[in-house]
Amino acid sequence: MSTESMTLARALNQSLRKALEDDPQVLVMGEDVGRLGGVFRVTEGLQKDFSEERVMDSPLAESGIVGTAIGLALNGYRPVVEIQFDGFVFPAYDQIVTQLAKVHARSRGMLTMPVVIRIPYGGGIGAVEHHSDSPEALFAHVAGLRVVSPSNAADAYWMLQQAIRSDDPVIFFEPKRRYWDTAEVDRAVPPVDLHRADVVRRGTDVTLVAYGPMVKVCLEAAEAAAEEGRSLEVIDLRSVSPVDFDTVQASVERTRRLVVVHEAPVFFGAGAEIAARITTRCFYHLEAPVLRVGGYHAPYPPARLEEEYLPGLDRVLDAVDRSLGY
Amino acid sequence: MTVPGTERSHAPDLSRVLSAFSSRAEEPPGPIQLLTPEGTLVHHPDDTPGYDPLRLRAFYRDMVMARSIDTEATALQRQGELGLWPPLAGQEAAQIGSAHALRADDYAFPSYREHGVAWCRGVDPVDVVRLYRGVTNGGWDPREKNFHLYTLVVGSHALHATGYAMGLAKRGSGAAAIAYFGDGATSEGDVAEAFTFAAVHDAPVVFFCQNNQWAISEPVERQLRGPLYRRAAGFGFPGVQVDGNDVLAVHAVTEAALEHARTGNGPFFIEASTYRMGAHTTSDDPTRYRRAAELDEWRAKDPIDRVRTHLAEAGHATQEFFDDVATEGAELALRIRRQVRTMPDPDRTEVFGHVYADGHPLVDEERAQFAAYQASFADQEVK
Ligand SMILES: Cc1ncc(C[n+]2csc(CCOP(=O)(O)OP(=O)(O)O)c2C)c(N)n1
Ligand SMILES: [Mg+2]
Repeated sequence: MSTESMTLARALNQSLRKALEDDPQVLVMGEDVGRLGGVFRVTEGLQKDFSEERVMDSPLAESGIVGTAIGLALNGYRPVVEIQFDGFVFPAYDQIVTQLAKVHARSRGMLTMPVVIRIPYGGGIGAVEHHSDSPEALFAHVAGLRVVSPSNAADAYWMLQQAIRSDDPVIFFEPKRRYWDTAEVDRAVPPVDLHRADVVRRGTDVTLVAYGPMVKVCLEAAEAAAEEGRSLEVIDLRSVSPVDFDTVQASVERTRRLVVVHEAPVFFGAGAEIAARITTRCFYHLEAPVLRVGGYHAPYPPARLEEEYLPGLDRVLDAVDRSLGY
Repeated sequence: MTVPGTERSHAPDLSRVLSAFSSRAEEPPGPIQLLTPEGTLVHHPDDTPGYDPLRLRAFYRDMVMARSIDTEATALQRQGELGLWPPLAGQEAAQIGSAHALRADDYAFPSYREHGVAWCRGVDPVDVVRLYRGVTNGGWDPREKNFHLYTLVVGSHALHATGYAMGLAKRGSGAAAIAYFGDGATSEGDVAEAFTFAAVHDAPVVFFCQNNQWAISEPVERQLRGPLYRRAAGFGFPGVQVDGNDVLAVHAVTEAALEHARTGNGPFFIEASTYRMGAHTTSDDPTRYRRAAELDEWRAKDPIDRVRTHLAEAGHATQEFFDDVATEGAELALRIRRQVRTMPDPDRTEVFGHVYADGHPLVDEERAQFAAYQASFADQEVK
């Protein structure tokens, strides 16, 4: 039996373990990833089993982590680096945007950058400042980077495998408040494409598009709506760059209504791009403007206010009502 | 090392000690120390820079207060009243000794563990606890206390302290800035850039590094090879290592370093060798990565015990004094507990407060939508 029940964090751990076993060029590096096994224990046990040569505790320097990952990649390795929290990726932002994203294009395809940057992201765990942000749009805006985010343990396992095998840099956003959620992981089934969206619940009245931590919220919203006789379709986008517009389009052509949900601020967020493209593609099918639910144009608030800030079930259902009101 | 009340041996003029220390090519004998872990003065009292029983009692009191704040906040976190707490236990001498060297017009830039420095700057510990309860991302008026807000992004504020110091020099203020950061932080590019800017601008800034031997689970050897204080020499300014658990030495060294900066000699780096006795934060479990024996070794070098022993043995403090300080510490803890337990949550619309100094239509729009949305629930409840 290849199916096993595990947490999302454990699935990532197993996926890294598999990658280290399969390919001697794979390296894991980051702050506290070795002896401690990461602050979320995602790399637990890996240094013990694969040596300090392959699972490295790096100095406390994010620009250094990503910059040296670029050098290692130039020398044939496939580094999988961990940034400890979303808010601490910015010292590395220069390396990611000006170097990592552009090496392939500048070398006219002669050089590849098989680097994965794992980032626990998002709120909902009552954390202090800089530990709850959702900066995916800042990376999706940069050509040359692939940006993905699993919502469940099975996707976490497979998407990380695929990200590590990709010859492009992948920014891998891990929904930290879902680390402890359990799901069945089947390690035998061949996975779907890394960038394909997944219709996780069929429905007929309104399409909800989400990724990462908000997929669960949307599924709960769909469940609540069903009790009131409303049928919501839920799409787990899985990939923010590229976006699987075909899957979204096919759904919207049936439901004629779309609500995009993410934790990140709405202003210039992923939802804006999806709204614009789907409006263009589905103009004559739409019964309502594409609505967006997400964070406000304000810094992520202190923990005692995050419940008000984070889009929850009620705000999703409110948007569904508004969509149906047109 | 000499015995207490011993004959006058050599007279250490601190500035001479410091310059000799920082220019030595070979390894120094060890960190600058004035009071041993056994509570013994290394030099004759008359030759101990800044030695004054009255002041030593003040150091003792503030170290006990810092530990009391820390113990109480840790307990409150365990009881679910705080989201997180980064304990300072073990680092009291480094913080109290250095903070006492600051003048009111000097400006301090803390990281996230400087609760002892905050105390000395007159910040109400309840305001520090407020931050870790998740009520605010600030907590106090930085300009009132000349004590900047905590910075959680490691190393970032070393540059802010440097820029602030550049401003102090431009205005001819005669004051200095001090940046507090850890051993791990010295790996960050921002800290290296701060050293560069401070050096080329002769900025009046003291870089105060608490080398507590750990950056979460990584021992200091994962950050650098070779003595930390020597890094300053490569940037062209003096660096010294002080026993960070010796409040007398920390105070004397910081006072000299600040004076060096205030009088136009540029930056100064202090490595205070100390130890993080507790977890990195209340979310951390240090038994996963460090030996209990190491903890025992450092427990024997406790910063408070040695001052207490010295004060008692030298006859500079009575039992009544120690009892009073203990009572004061307990009362402080009680006040913190009471005020935290009754601390109101911030108003919901605080989310939109102060995003811009000059306003922003999108923020106004979202605030209005948010208020209307919240009000729709209130209507439902009335019905
Ligand atoms: C830029 C950045 N990267 C990572 C972190 C996560 N983090 C918080 S504290 C810490 C270790 C800091 O160690 P050190 O500088 O020695 O200070 P200490 O905590 O020991 O006082 C790390 C890695 C952070 N806050 N900021
Ligand atoms: Mg440290």
